Amino acid sequence: MFETTASKNSHVIRFAGDSGDGIQLQGQQFTVASAMSGHDLATLPDFPAEIRAPTGTRYGVSAFQIQFGGDHITTPGDTPDVLIAFNPAALVVNLANLSPQTLVIVDANAFTDQRIKRADLTSNPLTDGTMDAYQVVDINITDLTVEAVKPHGLGTKDAGRCKNFWALGLILWMFDQSRSQTQNWIQDKFANNEKIREANLAALNAGNAYAENTEFPQVLKQPTTLQASLAAVEYRTITGAESLALGLVAAGELADTQLMFCSYPITPASSLLHHLVGLEDAGVATYQAEDEIAAICAAIGSSYAGKLGVTSSSGPGVALKTEALGLAVATELPLVLVNSQRAGPSTGMPTKTEQSDLYQAVYGRNGDTPLPVVAARSPADCFDTAIEAVRIAVRHMTPVILLTDGYIANASELWPIPDISGYPEILTTKPKADAEQGVFERDPATFARLWAAPGNPRFIHRVGGIEKDASTGNISYDADNHQAMTDIRTSKVASVAQFIPDQTIEQGVSGGVAVVAWGSTFGSISRAVKECLDEGLQVGHVHIRHILPFPENLGQLLAGFDHILVPELNTGQLATLLRDKLNLNLTQYNKVTGQPLIVSEVKTAIAKLAPKRAQAVGDSRE
Amino acid sequence: MSNLSFKDFATDQEVRWCPGCGDYSILKGVQRALADGGSEPENTVFVSGIGCSSRMPYYLNTYGFHTIHGRAPGFATGVKLANPELEVWVVTGDGDGLSIGGNHLLHTLRRNINLNILLFNNEIYGLTKGQYSPTSRPGTHSPTSPQGSVEAALQPGQFAIGAGATFFARCVDIDQKTMPGLFNEAKTHNGTSFVEILQNCIVYNKDVFDDIAAKKTAAEAQIHVRHGEPLIYGKDRTRGLRLNPQTIALEPVVIGQDGISLDDILVHDETNPTLALLLANLQGPTAMGVLLRREQPAFETSYWGIRPSQRRQKVEQLLRTGNLLDRRN
Repeated sequence: MFETTASKNSHVIRFAGDSGDGIQLQGQQFTVASAMSGHDLATLPDFPAEIRAPTGTRYGVSAFQIQFGGDHITTPGDTPDVLIAFNPAALVVNLANLSPQTLVIVDANAFTDQRIKRADLTSNPLTDGTMDAYQVVDINITDLTVEAVKPHGLGTKDAGRCKNFWALGLILWMFDQSRSQTQNWIQDKFANNEKIREANLAALNAGNAYAENTEFPQVLKQPTTLQASLAAVEYRTITGAESLALGLVAAGELADTQLMFCSYPITPASSLLHHLVGLEDAGVATYQAEDEIAAICAAIGSSYAGKLGVTSSSGPGVALKTEALGLAVATELPLVLVNSQRAGPSTGMPTKTEQSDLYQAVYGRNGDTPLPVVAARSPADCFDTAIEAVRIAVRHMTPVILLTDGYIANASELWPIPDISGYPEILTTKPKADAEQGVFERDPATFARLWAAPGNPRFIHRVGGIEKDASTGNISYDADNHQAMTDIRTSKVASVAQFIPDQTIEQGVSGGVAVVAWGSTFGSISRAVKECLDEGLQVGHVHIRHILPFPENLGQLLAGFDHILVPELNTGQLATLLRDKLNLNLTQYNKVTGQPLIVSEVKTAIAKLAPKRAQAVGDSRE
Repeated sequence: MSNLSFKDFATDQEVRWCPGCGDYSILKGVQRALADGGSEPENTVFVSGIGCSSRMPYYLNTYGFHTIHGRAPGFATGVKLANPELEVWVVTGDGDGLSIGGNHLLHTLRRNINLNILLFNNEIYGLTKGQYSPTSRPGTHSPTSPQGSVEAALQPGQFAIGAGATFFARCVDIDQKTMPGLFNEAKTHNGTSFVEILQNCIVYNKDVFDDIAAKKTAAEAQIHVRHGEPLIYGKDRTRGLRLNPQTIALEPVVIGQDGISLDDILVHDETNPTLALLLANLQGPTAMGVLLRREQPAFETSYWGIRPSQRRQKVEQLLRTGNLLDRRN
């Protein structure tokens, strides 16, 4: 076997092919393999909205990028070290992101005249000089796959579909990763279909053997990847949608409350519903309503009846839920609304990520209708953010919006499994047996009223969307009462700040530039700030989970910086909120391409503002 | 079983409908039904949307939720799913339930969740001052149709039966004699019960049902259907309905004329949706009572039949599913 002695902190691989080629599966399997061999990682699934787009087209290309390796892998990487392209379209759409000399593996069988034409090319990029700057390995992957699975009696078409596992076998060899998790997955997934099972296993093994026995192993074999220095705990890989689902059921357990998850399918939020369907033993029941409005209404009805209602959608669906959200504010009922943001406006780009629903969450309702807003920063962070959202909702008797996005929902990271026994119990305002409190008597610290569900003769009451008397809950059009109720609603949301942790600086130093951000840009900014610090720039990273209200010390913390840089995947929505709430002078960096921020662009934006530090201070990361 | 009178179901809130509104009578009918049927205030929830009818929960001494326009079935579904032990009523109107909320009503009926839906049909938007509604008859003059409306009218019964309803009944607002009993039929039905109440909006659509509801003509204009009994009506009970097989339509006939005898009269079968549809659409006479009642599992029973209602697994275990990398010593 060919051995290599060199080593590298991390590698970036990009898998690309048709949306029906099984690219996402290939990426997920590689993700598990690299995690189980002790690597830190971050992934970027990047696929079209079409389920099976016409084959060979540029817009039908599905891609999956992973960066894996040593410590602190927070992004899927700016540029791939290795690209594997299953057809001409998958090759050409990714060329712009490649550095010269990048290793490109292609399925040579796919470069037929017809498919070259399908990719809107006039000549074969493998022979017309397009690839001169790169290191190309062309392999007849389809032919070799068909050959390898022949003994298992599949038709040519089905046989060819095993090529994702053939290529995965090859790539696992290139990076010295184990096949065993993928083998187990295939055994499990196709337990009842021997033909497909054996064919996929044969393809995986054949791709692996091909690499082992090829005449150019020095080209394929990659430098050893450094391992992450991991803590003495258990780890798993987790996507944002899985993590959010687990966080919600964990919160239900901590609050000793059953959850009703009422939702309607929408990309990219549906994966949360799918994961929760599988968790119904853990105190959540899922309900697929007839539309977005009915979904939130059922969630609010559930909360009224004493189970915690949770609903979920993406921007267009959240727009439909808005009126009901106002009712939840008016009736002071707990609710969590998860928004998996996507590129807008309107239908926009459903599978592409964006952070452009912050205005909608913070400002987007009729009337003075404030509610708390929290945002998750990474796949794993969805777990804690979900718990935090539930905690706020039941502590203050209010709907809470949790913002995540398509990138976080689908991306994976390596997750140290938390010790759930260390999480504090979530207290609700459900009436105690001996409570004297009336339904509309509010806790002076949280402004929460009693969560008194039907079934109890002591608390028979009516609620509704018409302004209510502050103390009896009855309809009231009284002028002073409306002022009082508006003040209560405002104070309630403001009171959340008394219960949340102070804002901290994630890494870096004060004095120079504060990079202030929220949500899924965390990984790229974290990496960019680290590199800028290493290069001696005076920069600190402040990442905000609590969007509304802000932590109380945020203004004071930011006053310690000369410049504030706010990078966002929108046209400046957090920037507006910072100006609104804290009257800050700041510099925006905005991008709306449907893609996450890359590290280099954040570094460039920082470098424009950041002074050199007087003297190097060591790595100040926590 | 509680021993309450209808007065025990009233609240201290001043009722704010227009003097002479049909809603007063319906409120009384509901309070009577609750008392007669042994409803428990603490285990009863009234959910409403927006409109004149939807104010009703404030006047009922039960749990109540006055929600948003057209969406009451959505909230009520959440309440019932979260706690199937509760007796859940929905109060809605022709605009609330059939215009802005038509979609929710359709799917609620299709699912057959055990809610009792009272739809007050006055063929007009009352609370917004008299615009034509989806049940307004063509030619209805209103602020938004000064030349007369040009839209076809929706028949609530046809809508409900088409959506797959398992219970449809109809009554007139002033009919205190049958209303409480009918509401209790709705309550005891296991599934979505849909009751259309012809309600007189005294301000914007006064006496629109006079030809049906007026005392002096009611006996000839209404047919009160009973399961297993011949479809006969009229002051002297000589009128009846027979099926014309050529037109597949119900035909009013007079027993004793043209050789018609009681044997020619159709017998009401409330389990037959086709007959219910013919009765629901019949004009002259207008059918009252339980037009349709058929057995089908209630949604909440099926829903909880396939999933646990209690927490059976700790999150601790769920966190450790899939491939694990164990770095503990």
